[in-house]
Amino acid sequence: MTSVKSKQQGSVLTQKLHSKRQLFIPIAALLVLILVNLINDPSFFAIKVGTNSTGDPVLSGNLITILDNASELAILAIGMTLVTAASGGQDISVGATIAIAGSVVLRVLCGTEARPETLQAPIIVAFLVCCVVSMLFGAFNGALVAYFKIQPMVATLILYTAGRSIAAWINNNALPIISEPSFAYYGNFIPGIAIPTPVFIAIACMIIIALVLKFTTLGLYTQSVGINPHSSRLNGINPEFIKFITYVILGLCVAVAGFIKVSRFSTINYSVVAKDIEMDAILAVALGGNALSGGKFSMAASILGAYVIQFLTTTLYTFKVDSSALPAYKAVVVIILVVLSSPVAREKMAKLWKKVAPAKTAKEAN
Amino acid sequence: MQEGAVLEVRGICKNFPGVRALQGVDFTLREGEIHALMGENGAGKSTLIKVLTGVYTKDDGQIFLKGHEGPVHIKSPEDAQNAGISTVYQEITLCPNLTVAENMYIGRTKGPFTNWRAMNRRAGEILRSLEIPASPTQQLGTCSIAVQQMVAIARAVDMECKVLILDEPTSSLDEQEVRKLFKLMLDLKAKGVGIVFVTHFLEQVYEVCDRITVLRDGQLVGEYVIEELPRVQLVSKMLGKELNDMAALDKGETVSEKEDRGVPVLEAHQLSSTEGIKPFDFQIYKGEVNGFTGLLGSGRSECVRAIFGADKTTGGTVKVNGQEVSIKKPRDAMKYGIGYLPEDRKRDGIVGDLSVRDNIILALQVLRGFFRPISRAQAEAYADEYIKLLEIKTASSETPIKALSGGNQQKVILARWLLTNPNYLILDEPTRGIDIGTKIEIQKLVLKLAAEGKSVTFISSEIDEMLRTCSRLLVMRDRKMVGELTGEDLQQDKIMATIAGGESAS
Ligand SMILES: Nc1ncnc2c1ncn2[C@@H]1O[C@H](COP(=O)(O)OP(=O)(O)OP(=O)(O)O)[C@@H](O)[C@H]1O
Ligand SMILES: [Mg+2]
Repeated sequence: MTSVKSKQQGSVLTQKLHSKRQLFIPIAALLVLILVNLINDPSFFAIKVGTNSTGDPVLSGNLITILDNASELAILAIGMTLVTAASGGQDISVGATIAIAGSVVLRVLCGTEARPETLQAPIIVAFLVCCVVSMLFGAFNGALVAYFKIQPMVATLILYTAGRSIAAWINNNALPIISEPSFAYYGNFIPGIAIPTPVFIAIACMIIIALVLKFTTLGLYTQSVGINPHSSRLNGINPEFIKFITYVILGLCVAVAGFIKVSRFSTINYSVVAKDIEMDAILAVALGGNALSGGKFSMAASILGAYVIQFLTTTLYTFKVDSSALPAYKAVVVIILVVLSSPVAREKMAKLWKKVAPAKTAKEAN
Repeated sequence: MQEGAVLEVRGICKNFPGVRALQGVDFTLREGEIHALMGENGAGKSTLIKVLTGVYTKDDGQIFLKGHEGPVHIKSPEDAQNAGISTVYQEITLCPNLTVAENMYIGRTKGPFTNWRAMNRRAGEILRSLEIPASPTQQLGTCSIAVQQMVAIARAVDMECKVLILDEPTSSLDEQEVRKLFKLMLDLKAKGVGIVFVTHFLEQVYEVCDRITVLRDGQLVGEYVIEELPRVQLVSKMLGKELNDMAALDKGETVSEKEDRGVPVLEAHQLSSTEGIKPFDFQIYKGEVNGFTGLLGSGRSECVRAIFGADKTTGGTVKVNGQEVSIKKPRDAMKYGIGYLPEDRKRDGIVGDLSVRDNIILALQVLRGFFRPISRAQAEAYADEYIKLLEIKTASSETPIKALSGGNQQKVILARWLLTNPNYLILDEPTRGIDIGTKIEIQKLVLKLAAEGKSVTFISSEIDEMLRTCSRLLVMRDRKMVGELTGEDLQQDKIMATIAGGESAS
């Protein structure tokens, strides 16, 4: 009797470990990156206190850069994870819609002037308008995917191609620059605070999504719809609406990311801002061990994945990889990581582990 | 290897996380015999078959095949096919979005050089010879489950095989189809093919099988010649204990007096749906168990789907407790306290990757609403309660439902609806793939619900089962309601006659 019980407890434990295993790959990747940098040059991790252009004391160093630069990606990874889970596909238009979001912010703040002396509208208004517009574009993608049943990749291809032109059109092809210093707080530093603001914004987004996942059934519904829309419908869930809403949520994430991007430089270049960021966001989801075909997901793993990608990018820079060759290097590393974190590979590793583990316990017993 | 054996396995072991599915199982299949593989839900029947056909790799043991020296290594279903083993798995493994003919020849075409026309013609011939009501160019997903199951069988049969394995092939077939299948099996047997047959229907076993191997909890109980193992003994070998008397089931006080029934819990008038059923009237009263019966494709499931809002309704009115309501989608029906256990478990029932726990709470969660998630601890408690109540065999409530045996998956879906505490529960083939011990438990449960004042609509291909539970039967033929049988008329032959259309009752 007791042996049966302990066997059952053991099985529950292995299953708990199984769900944690999804975090294993991104964490391991992070550790490897840390190790490589430690060996290469320990000063990589140095954090210095310096002063910025406004004369305030701020922290600087590679780690701060990584945390700072990964913010947009981490925020996008949140929305991309939900979209992937529910619709079994990805939104490839996020880079282009970030350009739109940024353009909207500029348009609201600058009106039609190129370098307004004073802002034409409060920043909060600009932010809210940007959110609404981005969510509308998200809704456009979502409607195509959910109600017209178009493949996500194809549906979002429309804005992927047209988005940057739309962004330019919003400001009549002009590139207004905002000189108001308080606007730059959101993408840089708030005076007196030594950590870049985007880090806080990203953390706020993570807290919000954690609360949403805890206090609503969004997680259960998106996974259920992604796994089996037929059963979901017969259990009273509206699969189309759930898919649709995930794209709208991603739209909101795009708005926040776009807002940070404009604030960083006080302006944007429509054709290059956030270029290829959709690929990084999708990779973050894959790196987190989430199936790109939808269904079960781990939000924490995706977000961690985003930071791993940024860490990798920064590491490659310190290795003086030519910026034009950067994508190639990145691709190689990413392929390895994604293959390792794929369910097939995880299963293989689990088996290998099983073979090694009993041998070890047997030795320990002796 | 034994004399005359085509397939022999020795000491097969297979473990899953937390489950020892097979522990040293031996099994011998001889030439020209039909061999039943029996056991409760989760006994390991499907696992044994999947190990045999290379779907799972075995942890231990050996497989021998006639014509091969020494043990063979079957690494994939393709290997098994090439070695002359054709299989129909318990869960239909065909592609719903390919045509019937494509499904029959998938994996056996010559790539770009396939002669599609010849293939369609050949498929058409086989379909006709088995009297399967489907056209070769029809998309498989548009066929009913029964037809899909027949197509899977047709596919297996068409391959030149020495061993044919059928895992619960008759679970969604009706009498006629079962007859066709048996004729086919007997033909193949005469040709010397060895057939493994898994089913929970004892009559079918005693009708066609020569030998029985019984498994219990992953262990071999024994191999018996059919004549030497009477039914009662077979059941006690499977369960490991005597079965409670089936006849003890009592319908109790059936609500049949029309006067004191009050208002119907649900009343439909001239309801029709996009699935092409003729407008029908329907009502069910408090504490009543009624049922839909009819041949496959007669529209039984379509009727209840229309009531639940699973298919789009195209006309008619529905009243719940006398109030006219509009049920447009399942959610509406659920709000009026209606539950629906669908016929197609894999497609409409389970959410495969989600845990048993999440699958159990899903419907209740939807009823509670988006902003009131069930807490982890509460969900755990619900899951444990129902796992115990329905004796669901699972390593834990964390296990993904797709890792459960077919019958246990069915119990989880049943648990899901029981948890919502519905006033009116529609059960479409609730005992499909369920072993006979549990089958009786479910019938009892249905009667208990009725005694508590709930209403139940029960659909089953087994008329026996319907007779034991229902006090009123609605008979369907050609998508049309052709009769209603109550009281004295509830007899097997009377029902059969009405189904066949010899005479139309009331
Ligand atoms: N892929 C899997 N992962 C984990 N456990 C599994 C898996 N497949 C089967 N099992 C477990 O192995 C046991 C045997 O399952 P199996 O499907 O062989 O039962 P069965 O005899 O076919 O039952 P049924 O009559 O319900 O179809 C069950 O306890 C089941 O939970
Ligand atoms: Mg089975």
